[in-house]
Amino acid sequence: MKPETAQKKAAKSRTIRADYLARVEGEGAMFIRLKGQEVREVKLKIFEPPRFFEGFLRGRSYLEAPDMTARICGICPVAYQMSSVHAMEQIAGVTVDGPLRELRRLLYCGEWIESHALHIFMLHLPDFLGYESAIHMAPDYKAEVEIGLKLKKYGNELMALVGGREVHPINVRVGGFYKAPCREDVLAFRDRLIWGMEASRKAVALVAGLEFPDFEQNYEFVAMRHPDEYPLTEGRLVSNRGLDIDLSEFEAEFDEEHLEHSNALHCVHRERGRYFVGPLARYALNHDRLSPAAQQLAKSAGLSKVVLNPFKSIIVRAVEMFWAYEEALRIVDSYEEPERSYLEVPPREGTGYGCSEAPRGICWHRYSIDDAGLITEAKIVPPTSQNQRTIESDLREYVKGRTDLPDDKLQWQCEQAVRNYDPCISCATHFLKLTVDRG
Amino acid sequence: MHLLRHPLSQADGGPGLKVLVIGAGNDCRQDDGFGVAVARELASRNLDGVQVLERSGEGGSILAALEGQETVYLADAVGPGAEPGALHRIDVVADPVPATLFHHSSHDFAVAEALEMARVLGRLPAVTVVYGVEGERFGHGFGLTAAVRRRVREVADRIQSEITPSICR
Repeated sequence: MKPETAQKKAAKSRTIRADYLARVEGEGAMFIRLKGQEVREVKLKIFEPPRFFEGFLRGRSYLEAPDMTARICGICPVAYQMSSVHAMEQIAGVTVDGPLRELRRLLYCGEWIESHALHIFMLHLPDFLGYESAIHMAPDYKAEVEIGLKLKKYGNELMALVGGREVHPINVRVGGFYKAPCREDVLAFRDRLIWGMEASRKAVALVAGLEFPDFEQNYEFVAMRHPDEYPLTEGRLVSNRGLDIDLSEFEAEFDEEHLEHSNALHCVHRERGRYFVGPLARYALNHDRLSPAAQQLAKSAGLSKVVLNPFKSIIVRAVEMFWAYEEALRIVDSYEEPERSYLEVPPREGTGYGCSEAPRGICWHRYSIDDAGLITEAKIVPPTSQNQRTIESDLREYVKGRTDLPDDKLQWQCEQAVRNYDPCISCATHFLKLTVDRG
Repeated sequence: MHLLRHPLSQADGGPGLKVLVIGAGNDCRQDDGFGVAVARELASRNLDGVQVLERSGEGGSILAALEGQETVYLADAVGPGAEPGALHRIDVVADPVPATLFHHSSHDFAVAEALEMARVLGRLPAVTVVYGVEGERFGHGFGLTAAVRRRVREVADRIQSEITPSICR
């Protein structure tokens, strides 16, 4: 290219926009404005109408929280259910343990499996392999698609076994479950879980062999941490920059900001700004809590103990999917039907906190109830609203070195980049359009 | 009317059932509840040999429901495009499902994607018919708008009239 042409090109301004971001959950858009090589503006716009769930909950019984909050998301309803029941049980001073706790973890494994399998095979893999969608990919990768669908199906079936149905489970209640599954039905799941572990190993090998852009960022990872377990439903909140807090201290450390371009609140650390939740954060902060087999699998995939390239989140998801199948098998093998399917959790005036690791990151809840058990205040901070600032920052950095790319290629890569975070915009508002403006 | 007798080989459906009806959608999002309303209408008629399922519209669960089926009818809300209440009948075996019709859903791997994926994977039932009704409102809330509500019984009747010959084959 002649220098004059390059200079002219450099001076040109352009806009890249994805008016509907495909293959993400919910409705949103991406807008990028460039002036020559300079990235002037990056916005992740979330325009699905705000979801006034926190308002709906006020005046309702504390016992309704798990059923109402499950409706926030069709992909990760268990995250909302678990965070809400833990908060209510904390208020009452009740600890759910033993087989009931194990059943909750089993249900959550089902959610991780179906969500991760969907995202890995149907939503993100087509980007890496150069296909417009999973349907376009399927003729050339039929066996892989079939495996992905089966992995997901078993996750859904696990949710139906414990939760009563695949989407928006109806069997979860404060204190436990309406009905505990019998040992025979739980054990009948064993072969599917063993198959799932092996299929997940193949999934890890498949995605580890993909080509990844050379892109690493210096993140503050935030995740839960439990003394003994890879985190699902319990633990403290920790980060790689010294954060180590009780759930009740969340609002002292983090703040939600409203920005005009988005219906979702941006959650930021009060001093350090953006942070990153989800598989990369869980993995970096809890690598030592993974099972030996999962650690070995990660190592065989070429992952170090901390992964800073967000595109490689697809590998970490596959490792977590393996772990979830393995954990589910452990629970199934040791399952004894509880004598009672739930503990009594009487209403008591107070405030409680719950947090759990949704497939895409921490989902933090706070509830206050009165002595009749009516909810007087609710606050829900979903994972995507916490990652929104990081998504915008990463996009800005990613586009910086790639401004010479033609608009269609840049748009493709930016959409692929947004899917690194498996954003659940339905949750965050409480679909994605991409715009790159070079003018 | 000739209906198949004693077709149930297991409580939750199975090989004995010759026809599957899926009502797709979310009844917490106004007109998106159309498919679910049709499913409930047909379920209340207790048709022999007919299994009725409600599904959220998430594609994976739709694909799983198609497994091993020979005749499937699916009802869902569609839009935006035509006037609210406009009725579409799509013979999926003969024609591709226009993905744009179903993109009111927040599930990007949704009904259209599931049916097209089933076609690619060779899993499309021999008879696959979609009844779609144009919705007007898809925001949070319960209840169908008038134009959509008027179509519930009509679509249930049309599916019933189509499946009766199917289960008598």
